[in-house]
Amino acid sequence: MRDTPLSNCERDFLLKAIQEKKRLDGRQTYDYRSIKISFGTDYGCCFVDLGKTRIMAQVSCELITPKENRPNEGLIFFNIELSPMASPAFEMGRQSELLVKLNRQLERCLRNSKCIDTESLCVVSGEKVWQIRVDVHLLNHDGNLMDAASIAAIAALCHFRRPDVGIQGEEVTVYSTEERDPIPLSIYHMPICVSFSFFQQGTYLLVDPCEREERVMDGLMLNTCLDIITMALVGQGADNIEDGYEHTLATSL
Amino acid sequence: MVCLFDCVILSCFYVIIHLVYKVGDVLLPGDVFSFQMPESITDSKPEKVVCGPGLRRNGDEVLVCKSGILRHKQPNLYWIDSQQRRYVPGKGESVIGIITSKSGDIFKVDVGGSEQASLSYLAFEGATKRNRPNVQVGDLVYSQFIIANKDMEPELVCIDSCGRANGMGVFGAGGLLFKVSLGLVRRLLAPQSEIAKDLEKMFPFEIVVGMNGRVWVKSKTIQQTLIVANLLESCENMTAQQRQTLFRRVADGSI
Repeated sequence: MRDTPLSNCERDFLLKAIQEKKRLDGRQTYDYRSIKISFGTDYGCCFVDLGKTRIMAQVSCELITPKENRPNEGLIFFNIELSPMASPAFEMGRQSELLVKLNRQLERCLRNSKCIDTESLCVVSGEKVWQIRVDVHLLNHDGNLMDAASIAAIAALCHFRRPDVGIQGEEVTVYSTEERDPIPLSIYHMPICVSFSFFQQGTYLLVDPCEREERVMDGLMLNTCLDIITMALVGQGADNIEDGYEHTLATSL
Repeated sequence: MVCLFDCVILSCFYVIIHLVYKVGDVLLPGDVFSFQMPESITDSKPEKVVCGPGLRRNGDEVLVCKSGILRHKQPNLYWIDSQQRRYVPGKGESVIGIITSKSGDIFKVDVGGSEQASLSYLAFEGATKRNRPNVQVGDLVYSQFIIANKDMEPELVCIDSCGRANGMGVFGAGGLLFKVSLGLVRRLLAPQSEIAKDLEKMFPFEIVVGMNGRVWVKSKTIQQTLIVANLLESCENMTAQQRQTLFRRVADGSI
């Protein structure tokens, strides 16, 4: 199925409205849509509603052998899936450019920031470690997927409890939830992504673009806060980096 | 004792499915439709009943195939008023389409259905082989279906049967296009539409309503256009009173 094309009059109207500093739903330049976070019945299941964008994240774990060069550290694996129910433009099973970009950005955001203590996931050094798997499913696409995905992933990780493990000599017993209470993951801080979209050759930035604003923007800047941990500048108009820093600090505070 | 009980329940079940429905009842797909003839038409021969959208004849019975409210129009037309967002092309309906490509003699137009419709370049007022209409990819067109069934590719035209444009054709510079549900569009286009009357009192604006759920609005300033668009989108699930309160609040607060 193809997505609805953007007509010329919509594009012109949106750009003219942005020039007059007006957004479609009446927000100001640095306003976010209302965010609603809810959790499912299982540990590690989290739903995030960012306006009409809806994302679900589910965390699961399993015991595996660690990598050879890092025998003490557990593994974290991220996977984002764009479900066809989110938008007619997404087709099942096809690796689109957007998907690759989102996956890469989520990995940079959560893995490189070292927000999760991977050494605490080790059970038997060199033999058994926990692999934490975060699956993020997109349920509805109304713009700003990256922010919603990062919020869902980190909230699900905070909500998740892994089974308790007992070691007696060589034997490793994994206790079920009835036998012993499951243990939360040790998370140092919560990195969240903030997206800015560029307009007018990079001179004007908008926070949290909705789907139509995303279609007419020049480029996108993704920052991971609280510190500027990673920054990805995509598209034209990415020259005004200084302005970008100022705006980011203003929004994150 | 148990057997008797079962028999009684079974017979009740068979009785229930031949319930009599009245106009204004909510019906679900699978209900067998039998109705009470209104008093006014018992004089004429009442045998012929026209089934509108949502009703289907199945041998001797009439089955409901869409969930919604039963409506009736004199003298003998019954239909189900249902709500949906996905548009299915129907012959004779006027829709707003977006031109997606030009190939040879025809334009491909996206109308929100499962297939793109085709629009010939000769189907505009005053168009000849030498005098081609000025249509670009991405333009909005207001046009009518001449062919729209499930077996063929839908076709659009921008002229009526006399060859006149009659309001159809390319339009749209400076306005905003947005999507609403089909039920709201039908309510807007109804002859005595309350929503349209309430909106008229706000401020002057131009509006084009397509049966495929697309609405185009243009007003004097961008702010007013945005206000009208947001009001229409929010009218979806409001009762008449809530809507009038909202409109009054906006009219008092607006510039």
